[in-house]
Amino acid sequence: MTIQGVQGEERDDYTKEESRALRTRSQRLLLELVRPHRAKLVGIAALVVVATGMTVAGPAILAFGIDVALPALQRSDATPLWVAGGGYIVAAIVSGIAFYAFTVGTARVSQAVLLTLRRRLFDHTQRLSLEFHEQYTSGRIIARQTSDLESIRDLLDQGLNELVRGVLFMTFTAIAMIALDPTSGLVILAALVPAILLTRWFQSRSTVLFRETRTTSAQMIVKFVETMTGIRAVKAFRTEPENERDFGGKVEAYRDANFRTIQIFGIYEPGIMAIGALTIAAVVTVGAFRVVNGDLAVGSLLAVALYARTFFQPIQGIGMFFNGYQSAAAALEKISGVLEERPTVPEPRAPRALPEARGAIDFDEVEFSYATGKVVLPGFDLSIPAGQTIALVGTTGAGKSTLAKLVSRFYDPSAGSVRLDGVDLRELPDDDLRRAVVMVTQEAYLFSGTVADNIALGKPDATDDEIEAAARAVGAHEFIEALPDGYGTDVNKRGGRVSAGQRQLLSFARAFLADPRVLILDEATASLDIPSERLVQEGLTTLLADRTAIIIAHRLSTVAIADRVLVMEHGRIIEDGSPTELIELGGKFASLHRAWRDSLV
Amino acid sequence: MPPASSAPQPHQRPKIIPALSRVMPFLRPVIGRFIAGIATALVAAVVALLIPVALRWLVDGPLTSGDQALIWIGGIAILLLGLTEAVFVFLRRLFVTLPSTAVEATMRQTLYAKLQRLPIAFHDRWQSGQLLSRAVGDLGMMRRFFAFGAVIFITNLLTLVIGLGILLAWSPLLGALFIVTSIPIVVIAFRFEQSYHQVARRAQDQQGDLATAVEQSVHGIRVLKAFGRGRTALEGFERQAEALRSTELTKARSEAMLWMWLTIIPFVSYAVCLVVGIWLVAEGQLTVGELVGFLSTAVVLNWPIESLGFLFAFAIDAANASVRLFEVLDAEEDIVDPEEPRTIAAPRGRLVFDDVHFRYQDAASGERDLVDGATLAIEPGETMALVGVTGSGKTTLTALPGRLYDVTDGRVTLDGVDVRDLSLEELRTHVAMAFEDATLFSASVRDNVLMGARERTDEVVAEALQVAQASFVHDLPEGLDTTIGEEGLSLSGGQRQRLALARAVAAKPAVLVLDDPLSALDVETEALVEDALRHVLASTTALIVAHRPSTVQLADRVALMRDGRIDDVGTHSELLARNDHYVHVIASLEEAQRDRQDLEQVATGAFQQVDASVDAARREEDR
Repeated sequence: MTIQGVQGEERDDYTKEESRALRTRSQRLLLELVRPHRAKLVGIAALVVVATGMTVAGPAILAFGIDVALPALQRSDATPLWVAGGGYIVAAIVSGIAFYAFTVGTARVSQAVLLTLRRRLFDHTQRLSLEFHEQYTSGRIIARQTSDLESIRDLLDQGLNELVRGVLFMTFTAIAMIALDPTSGLVILAALVPAILLTRWFQSRSTVLFRETRTTSAQMIVKFVETMTGIRAVKAFRTEPENERDFGGKVEAYRDANFRTIQIFGIYEPGIMAIGALTIAAVVTVGAFRVVNGDLAVGSLLAVALYARTFFQPIQGIGMFFNGYQSAAAALEKISGVLEERPTVPEPRAPRALPEARGAIDFDEVEFSYATGKVVLPGFDLSIPAGQTIALVGTTGAGKSTLAKLVSRFYDPSAGSVRLDGVDLRELPDDDLRRAVVMVTQEAYLFSGTVADNIALGKPDATDDEIEAAARAVGAHEFIEALPDGYGTDVNKRGGRVSAGQRQLLSFARAFLADPRVLILDEATASLDIPSERLVQEGLTTLLADRTAIIIAHRLSTVAIADRVLVMEHGRIIEDGSPTELIELGGKFASLHRAWRDSLV
Repeated sequence: MPPASSAPQPHQRPKIIPALSRVMPFLRPVIGRFIAGIATALVAAVVALLIPVALRWLVDGPLTSGDQALIWIGGIAILLLGLTEAVFVFLRRLFVTLPSTAVEATMRQTLYAKLQRLPIAFHDRWQSGQLLSRAVGDLGMMRRFFAFGAVIFITNLLTLVIGLGILLAWSPLLGALFIVTSIPIVVIAFRFEQSYHQVARRAQDQQGDLATAVEQSVHGIRVLKAFGRGRTALEGFERQAEALRSTELTKARSEAMLWMWLTIIPFVSYAVCLVVGIWLVAEGQLTVGELVGFLSTAVVLNWPIESLGFLFAFAIDAANASVRLFEVLDAEEDIVDPEEPRTIAAPRGRLVFDDVHFRYQDAASGERDLVDGATLAIEPGETMALVGVTGSGKTTLTALPGRLYDVTDGRVTLDGVDVRDLSLEELRTHVAMAFEDATLFSASVRDNVLMGARERTDEVVAEALQVAQASFVHDLPEGLDTTIGEEGLSLSGGQRQRLALARAVAAKPAVLVLDDPLSALDVETEALVEDALRHVLASTTALIVAHRPSTVQLADRVALMRDGRIDDVGTHSELLARNDHYVHVIASLEEAQRDRQDLEQVATGAFQQVDASVDAARREEDR
């Protein structure tokens, strides 16, 4: 078992060393994120010190007013009174402005950190290879980007704020009390002992409960999302009552965990208040005796009473901080795990520019196996001259898609090399590679935006004319024109509902617009109806005339336009030749072809 | 950006009270405990206000007289008051926590149940991220508000009234001064309320949009990678993240401004009270004890005053959450059980589309209906293939018998009964569907297959898997018990399709509706599935959307759909003989075989040469 990257993310039985490693990893990430803002953070810290100091000065000024200014006034000296009043107002304004600057400053830093983290996560997940995405479900990446970032944000925005302000407030209050009256100061410090013990109890209990809250809420969310995305199947197969029971159980589990979390806070908070009550009673009683004995002024008694009253207020905020910290720490562990994943298909360190691409592809003793050890291609050699159209035929699992993914560098070979015009794909800069090689797959994904935007994905700087020409080339122009706003129709909006076949036409138009040297079609016509397929093929005959193409299709009609057919089985090529040759040969392809022709009648 | 995500409504300022009072039906069952919660909170607050009273009594009484025994009494009084406050705070939580989490859970289940009942058309408009943020974030927000915010809000207001009363009683002049200097807080809090809700709502929506962008970048990862558009996607994402950041900063500035005034104003009013108070003491109009009591009461009142601002923001957030929740709960369920459902005792499976029309509610007035007067009768046990070009309305038509959408005109009948007169439960028992994009759920293979089955036995599973040629499941790590779906093993498109088909077969319905169910299968598997499916279809009424002649082979008759209507119905060969459009749609190469000359004009001409050369070669051999 390992905790490298995202592995073991769902476990909750980490050994001590593993937890330590996870913690170090998340702390490293946090430091990295915060480091650029050091200067700002120092400024913010200074602001809190000033603001808190001014707040704590309040009761001392009240004491000064009663103990010094009042007797002075009775002697007709109003100066100390004005000093007390003026001092109070200055303290108020300074701390008000400092709090403003502090709040805005914290928000700036936390938002900047979040923006960096969001960007890094997004960029990183985009770089991670398909192999990663096939295992790590989309829901988890979305959770990293949303709820996990949210808890980090809570920590940065409120948690830290509470902690820093709370600790400073308590420290300053203690100092002020000791300065005003050391005896009362000792009482407060003594009261701190049970308060700290109670806080530690709260902290350890809430850690456990908090984790439970997170697990139960995650289960609830998964169920919810699954129901909503699969609502058609839910309705068609009448699983609503069962879902409701199941979801109800998960809601109840979450409610219970949440309830217990809140409940221990319900013990902690009054507990701290009781300690506070003891403290204030002790301070006032001891103080009162000393006032009677003349050891303490009345104003000072008021001040220490007020200090004792407010002393424990922030401790709850500090307790809350640890809650927030727990969830942020868990979030950071997972995020740092994703960021630790290395793309198995990395960008080259020293890229070699692609000479004017012609489109010749060579497989040189290529082996490919999955991380699980399953061998898909055992030692594979193939040379595709520039401009040739290849059709790959064979049953599911024969390795056709793997071959296509190796050419488009969705995967890297485990051994051997794949070369484009003599350059190893691993040495090509991504931009050059993507310009030269484009793959169209069966799942034609549309992004939100207009139809034109979606086609323009093939060439972001395309003009409207170019977009339309691409759409015409694949026969998509007509149906696009029939949409409410033509090319400007939003694919998610009213009337923008496009069928699976239409989506596939749009993704073809994308590929046409991209105008690559090498085009790979992986089952790209599966959802097309025959007239559309015919149109696409007309377009393909022109498009493929002078470029390299690899076509994977179950429907042999698509194979018809190929110069050369490769029949694959168990990762090996068992037949290789022109369609005519292979049919004459009377092998696998010939029998497939016969079966297909029979199916047409 | 994604327009569908930011649910279509203008950002009107929610009226806090009306928005929150809509939640009352959920609160009613626990209202007693809430009132008890408020009562205990109030007691705690009043007790807290009594501590300064005790302090004043101490200063003016024993401290002046020097009576040490009385000091003990004063100290013990303060202790008891403090402990009482703590006990009542404990009680408040005890009363409120359980019902508040229970209310949250009930609302969540209500929302979920409502969403399951809402028609597909609703789900087409709303992205799951937007629904999720309501089910989790918004409901949690409301729970916190009712458990904490609302209780504190009410008690703080009452505390303020009582506290100000005490202040006025001790010294009308000082009390009045304190009130006057505190009034700006109310004004500022009110103005804050006016502006904060908008920016808060904007932030919520932008977060939803950002989540959508992430979702799309992950679901569309293959496209982004294939075209090397990761950077474009990143730039778009950055723009959105930047927009959210600037909204968050606006929000922070607005909050910071509130905090600033909430710090400055009370302190200024203490300063004023201190100066005037000392002057009053010096003039002999006030005792020192009264001044001490007054100032410590004013300090106690600091929190209720200060909290007004954040409680306002809290209330606004909760009101926003309530509005967002009711956007869903108020949505119309237009596909519901009939009031007096009819029932079909022994379904035979005669499915009739009678001049059926369908258009989306939000379709523009000039648009043609998607299904525009389709009439078709499928006899019991008959298999009907539905053929037509992309966009002719085939998929929409298949969604109508199971009432995923309701017809906008005309009717669909099953054994003579309008499908809208059957309960949904019964209807969907009779009609089972498999869709082109197969959805699997996080559950075992077995449970996924048995989703709609009445008989939940292993024989049913085995039979259905056999029909769908899904024997691959036995090679999965735990066979039939392997968890698949989002939380489990991911399967290929073809594997998912076969399981979805198995699911429809296992339901053993009277009517089977299949939307291009074999599109992701390879030729050999497809042939095997078709052979197996033929037995099932012999006794089941079926409507199958077909793109391929091979799928059409399964059918007894074929219905040709064109521009939302059924253009022609007949056997495959009848249609080939009489309908040019059918030939255009289905028979690209068949036509070629019959008339080699025409093949020149047909685009996929390559095979003509292939076939010709093969034939030539064969002739050579024959000779």
